[in-house]
Amino acid sequence: MSDMDSDRRQFIGRSSALVAGLTLAPGMMLYDLAHGRPVGEPASSKVRWGMLIDTTKCESGCDECVKACNKENGLPGGTGPTDEQWIRKVQLTDLKTGKKTSLPMMCQHCAEPPCVDVCPTGASFKRVDGIVLVDRHLCIGCRYCMMACPYKARSFVHEPLHDQKPDVPRGKGTVESCTLCVQRVDRGETTACAEACEKAGHKAILFGDLNDPDSEISKRIRQVASIRLRDDLGLDTGLHYEGL
Amino acid sequence: MRLILALALFFAAFSAHADVTIPHLDIGQGGHCVNDPKFMRMNHGDLLKHQRTITVHQGIRGGRYSLERCVNCHASKKNNSVLGTNQNFCQGCHVYAAVKIDCFECHSSRPESTAELESDKHE
Amino acid sequence: MDTLVRKQKELRNFYLLVVFGLMVAMTGMGAAHYMEEHGHIVTGMNNQVVWGMPHVFAIFMIVAASGVLNIASIGSVFGKKPYKARGPLSGLLSIALLAGGLTVLMLDLGRPERVIVAATHINTTSVFGWNVFLYSGLFSLVAVYLWTMLEARMNPWTKPVGLLVFAWRITLTTGTGLIFAFLVARQAYGTAMLPPMFIVMSFSWGLAVLYIVQAAMYGWNRMSLNPHVLRRFRNLLGLFILSVAYLVAVYHMTNLYFARNSAFEHFILIEGGIYPLLFWGGYFFLGTLIPLVLIYSPNLGKHCHVLLASLLVVVGSFCFLYVFIIGGQAFPLSIFPGYEVSSTFGDGQIAYYSPSLPEILLGCGGLGVAFLITTVGVRIFEMLPHDEAAAE
Repeated sequence: MSDMDSDRRQFIGRSSALVAGLTLAPGMMLYDLAHGRPVGEPASSKVRWGMLIDTTKCESGCDECVKACNKENGLPGGTGPTDEQWIRKVQLTDLKTGKKTSLPMMCQHCAEPPCVDVCPTGASFKRVDGIVLVDRHLCIGCRYCMMACPYKARSFVHEPLHDQKPDVPRGKGTVESCTLCVQRVDRGETTACAEACEKAGHKAILFGDLNDPDSEISKRIRQVASIRLRDDLGLDTGLHYEGL
Repeated sequence: MRLILALALFFAAFSAHADVTIPHLDIGQGGHCVNDPKFMRMNHGDLLKHQRTITVHQGIRGGRYSLERCVNCHASKKNNSVLGTNQNFCQGCHVYAAVKIDCFECHSSRPESTAELESDKHE
Repeated sequence: MDTLVRKQKELRNFYLLVVFGLMVAMTGMGAAHYMEEHGHIVTGMNNQVVWGMPHVFAIFMIVAASGVLNIASIGSVFGKKPYKARGPLSGLLSIALLAGGLTVLMLDLGRPERVIVAATHINTTSVFGWNVFLYSGLFSLVAVYLWTMLEARMNPWTKPVGLLVFAWRITLTTGTGLIFAFLVARQAYGTAMLPPMFIVMSFSWGLAVLYIVQAAMYGWNRMSLNPHVLRRFRNLLGLFILSVAYLVAVYHMTNLYFARNSAFEHFILIEGGIYPLLFWGGYFFLGTLIPLVLIYSPNLGKHCHVLLASLLVVVGSFCFLYVFIIGGQAFPLSIFPGYEVSSTFGDGQIAYYSPSLPEILLGCGGLGVAFLITTVGVRIFEMLPHDEAAAE
């Protein structure tokens, strides 16, 4: 029964992704579908997931990506000092020129993640396809990773939780951050924020495989000038920012 | 270790009080489990642990022994959960065996489809 | 008859102290339980200031635990008699402080019930992971060290074990300093200055704690400190306070010189409200200047002055750690240099932190644990330093 169920879900997921892909962004979506792994196959080290964020297309008042992230991952969406925020909108004003920029900020999925280096139990880890995650079964809640992260990407769950999403287990006393929508990526889909940004008509977030020279994201990174945040630290982040 | 201790207590309880009633569990959908129930009773903890490691670290989803699958089949039809009362599948047996479960501090205790419906309703 | 009455009274007072220590420790455990039930929402810590009051207490105790061994080391490694007489006390205090500090650190975890995971899954690249090994190693080493000092037949082993303990604790405090020194992205940390600074701080704080405990023991037994020993301790404490002040000055001077860190220094030393207040008023004035006056003024420098100086050093150390740990996190990370930054997650803003009662009680609970171990240990073992024979 549940085999059938998961087959059905997968079919619906894939076919809706196909429809969305055909109507919205053929190149990117079809490419991603080609990488959808069969069930039971582990993530591949041939892939390095990443994002290219075009800050010139990111609208300052828009927070569709944040809302989509909260919905996908079952986050309450509060913005208090103890609330979890996996993705946030940052507003920048150039101190010299006054130029204003808006961009989404989240885990940068470093190739050399400081959070993974400092984690005493190995709960912070990097998956072979470049996604940095927390194994909450091992996380003891010491928060050293939060101290070590140069991007302040991580949140600590300060309260007991209820009604979590089945695909996104999360709970009190552990640290969490953007998972690059790993549950969607494993189904061969794009991330919730990228999808929402596209739906809102901005197309500021491009998600894809940095290792594949023919992927949309690789092509674009070759064409346009993009930077990586705090590149001086040499962390080789998976997120690239354009127009900054 | 905790598991062994719990099982020891479990069987001790049986041998000491032969007339003791085993918990009447609401097994939800029931039917064929992924393995023989006797085997599952003994080994579900280890199976889940193994499954969780490959799911979290390697991204292998939809495995035979995933917690999500347990919940999908065994959530009670009454309250749509594996927890809640001492008749519910997980809670009932764990209360009986006096073994604390902390799975559901993070994981959903309700089947996927309905959990999503609920969260949609909240919006 | 008189001595019998005195002995009974002493025993009663001892039990009173034990009950007091137990109560403080239990209150701390209660606070930890409350924090575990409700989550860290009941503390002042948040997603910007992730380490708070418990870490101030814990790091004080862990650093002092290493430094307090200094006295034993000077005694057994370099063979100085007045220090040798204090070796056992120094070892006991080290164990007590380490136990207190680790209790606080563990009970502050988000999932304290999983602390065993920290021992079964060690990430070898993590300095926290190394510290798990270093802390437990120090416990067992100091226990052996105490054995070699207290058991006459083991005495010949005191020197080699003492050497090992010396090397171990320097490594341990280096490890504690590295916890911060490895945080490359934060302006307050991420400098190789920190391990040596922590080592010298451990000397100063450890000696101050030992002096306070020793004064209490002498007071209890109506004894007074040998003037030679007093002079030695006084000069040593003065030297350590000066060394700490020197390293703290260099630490801030380097930061001031780096343009990218000058905003942070401006915040922590001038503009940051509570942090400059605690730094200048607490650490510099109370914890450094006054103790130096008490130690070096020609008319002062008596036992009571050195005791007061020791107490002030402890006060100053808490102020310093508060500024270092919490002030260091309150200042925003520089992710977008050259931009004015704002967001819903505190980017570009000074983070707010106000310690809550449970976390302060947890920290005090750790001190209670250390107090309890010391009180009972001093009662059970022969710890009182006798200088009559040892005085030069």
